[in-house]
Amino acid sequence: MGNLIDVLIKLSIATVILYFVIKILSKGFDKITDMIVAMDKEKNRKLIYLIVGILLVLPFLLSRYPYILRTSIMAIMYVVLALSLNFVLGFAGQLSMGHAAFYGIGAYVTALLMVNFNVPFLLAFIASAIVAGIFGFLLGVPTLRLKGDYLAITTIGFGEILRLVLVNWVEVTRGPAGIPGIPSPSFFGFTINNNIGYYYIILLLAFFTVFVSNRLLNSRLGQGFIAVRDDEIAAEAMGINSTYLKILAFVLGAAIAGMAGSFFATFVHYVNPDNFTYMESVTILCMVVLGGLGSIPGVILGAIVLTVLPEALRGIALYRYAIYGLLLILMMINRPGGMINMDRLKGGRKDENSRGSRSNKVLRRSYSSR
Amino acid sequence: MFLEQLSNGIALGSLYALTAVGYTMVYGIIRLINFAHGDIYMMGAFFTYTAIVYFNLPLVPSFIIGMACAALLGVLIAKFAYTPVFKAPKINLFLCAIGMAIFLENFAMLLWGPETQSFPTIIQNQIYTFGGLKFTKLQAVILLISIFLALVLSYIVKKTKIGRAMRCASQDMVAARLMGINTNKIVFITFALGSALGAAAGTLVAMYYKAVYPMMGFSAGLKAFVAAVIGGIGSITGAMFGGLIMGVVESLGAAYISSGYRDAIAFIILIIILLFKPTGLFGKTVKEKV
Repeated sequence: MGNLIDVLIKLSIATVILYFVIKILSKGFDKITDMIVAMDKEKNRKLIYLIVGILLVLPFLLSRYPYILRTSIMAIMYVVLALSLNFVLGFAGQLSMGHAAFYGIGAYVTALLMVNFNVPFLLAFIASAIVAGIFGFLLGVPTLRLKGDYLAITTIGFGEILRLVLVNWVEVTRGPAGIPGIPSPSFFGFTINNNIGYYYIILLLAFFTVFVSNRLLNSRLGQGFIAVRDDEIAAEAMGINSTYLKILAFVLGAAIAGMAGSFFATFVHYVNPDNFTYMESVTILCMVVLGGLGSIPGVILGAIVLTVLPEALRGIALYRYAIYGLLLILMMINRPGGMINMDRLKGGRKDENSRGSRSNKVLRRSYSSR
Repeated sequence: MFLEQLSNGIALGSLYALTAVGYTMVYGIIRLINFAHGDIYMMGAFFTYTAIVYFNLPLVPSFIIGMACAALLGVLIAKFAYTPVFKAPKINLFLCAIGMAIFLENFAMLLWGPETQSFPTIIQNQIYTFGGLKFTKLQAVILLISIFLALVLSYIVKKTKIGRAMRCASQDMVAARLMGINTNKIVFITFALGSALGAAAGTLVAMYYKAVYPMMGFSAGLKAFVAAVIGGIGSITGAMFGGLIMGVVESLGAAYISSGYRDAIAFIILIIILLFKPTGLFGKTVKEKV
């Protein structure tokens, strides 16, 4: 309590710095977005090849810095998780706050299968995706009846119940002690036991997720998702089966989160219930919203920034989560559309304040349009 | 055993009810799940703790100082974190609230330290028996304070001019503004009232368990929110009933089913109630307009 003034001064300085950093970066993000929009297909493809190339050689450049390599593996894993939530939240517009539950299900399924039954990694990986998908279906069913905030609290409840089951079902999950000794994955006789190998696995999974997101967004199904998000009643009137699409979004998001969980289990060789708490769901949610709801490059960027930031702030360890909270607030105030705004990315409305006119319960303006 | 658990449940439930009322009031006005409410509850407990331990004040003034400081904090939060985002999509407001919750938890850690502080015992633990129903003095105090605060609140909401303006604003913000109600002021008053009640609940919990710590608001906030949803979010009576139901069921469930699943019971009730009555027990069904 004696350090009240000291703490307040430091936090005020942090707020001012953050404010200006966000203002400056905001301009930068707009420039980047406009550049992406202005690019023709040929240039766009070249840029993507360039990024893929850099990502492919990155681990060799980083092999002398194991800490950075490990952080980049985690960052890519969070990219996968954030993109998987983006199916539910960004595309279909359903506010799911229990996403860590699917991630946890994936991790535990892999852990249990590989430790208890010596199942090969690939099989366990697929099983994780399927089981998580089934739970996604189970959670998707209540969305038929619940909307907006009610759905949010139900998904929080689902996540908490799952965590408590993991803690209390000691015979199977070993409770809070967790499951240690998960073997490294092996493919056709090759065992992957160094971080470079893990890097390529998760990179492959990330490419797969980006590919699915991208193809989905431009497909008939994806257009259906967007229609449901923007206005469910209108979408139904146009003959879109919104129930089916919402459940599909949940299943897809859950299955991919399950895959990420499966990777996580083999990567750290240990799972315990504390890895899959409500805060984890919130972190993933923040990545999606901060990056830019529904915009694939935005979500990727959001995931990377929010994974790297706490690591970068380790120097001011005590203050880092307070600053994290401040960042969320300032970002939402100064840049409501996220880092890379989806509308702007589509070459649409330039004014991000006009974004709120959607009639979706979650995404629409909450205050003045009622 | 049953009666003992019942009185535990009622004491706990009245605390949930007080916290849930704060949620429901804010939700009624700006349609926001105020995730920071649980942390205002924690801050309230810490304010009272500071007044007692650092400034050696007696309990009652400390309690009032705690509530007043929390009310001020609520208004500041509404002013600086929430008002700028009102016009943005709702999810932004949502994230602001989450950011505020994270910030407050860590702010408290910076100020008072992450470890659990013991709250001084002020009310001696006497046990009364009343026709087989056993309860401690503290439980009685908690119940009486809760009832008193609930009565004050319902007087404010039902009988005063401000209360009428609040009800008006919660029905239709735009129309309320057209009728000459200063809706911004109403939003702040709502935050102040809700936060003060939250702080009262936080302080009472701190007295009950004799502990204050920065993460105390987290699960309590979540459960109080569940209580508000069970009662039908936006309805003050509903929140009170929801809180009581939660407290009683949780205590009985922990005693008779399994104490490990204590926290899960709340969420299971929530999911069951929402599946059968999606707007909660006292909630009104709102027709969706195109």
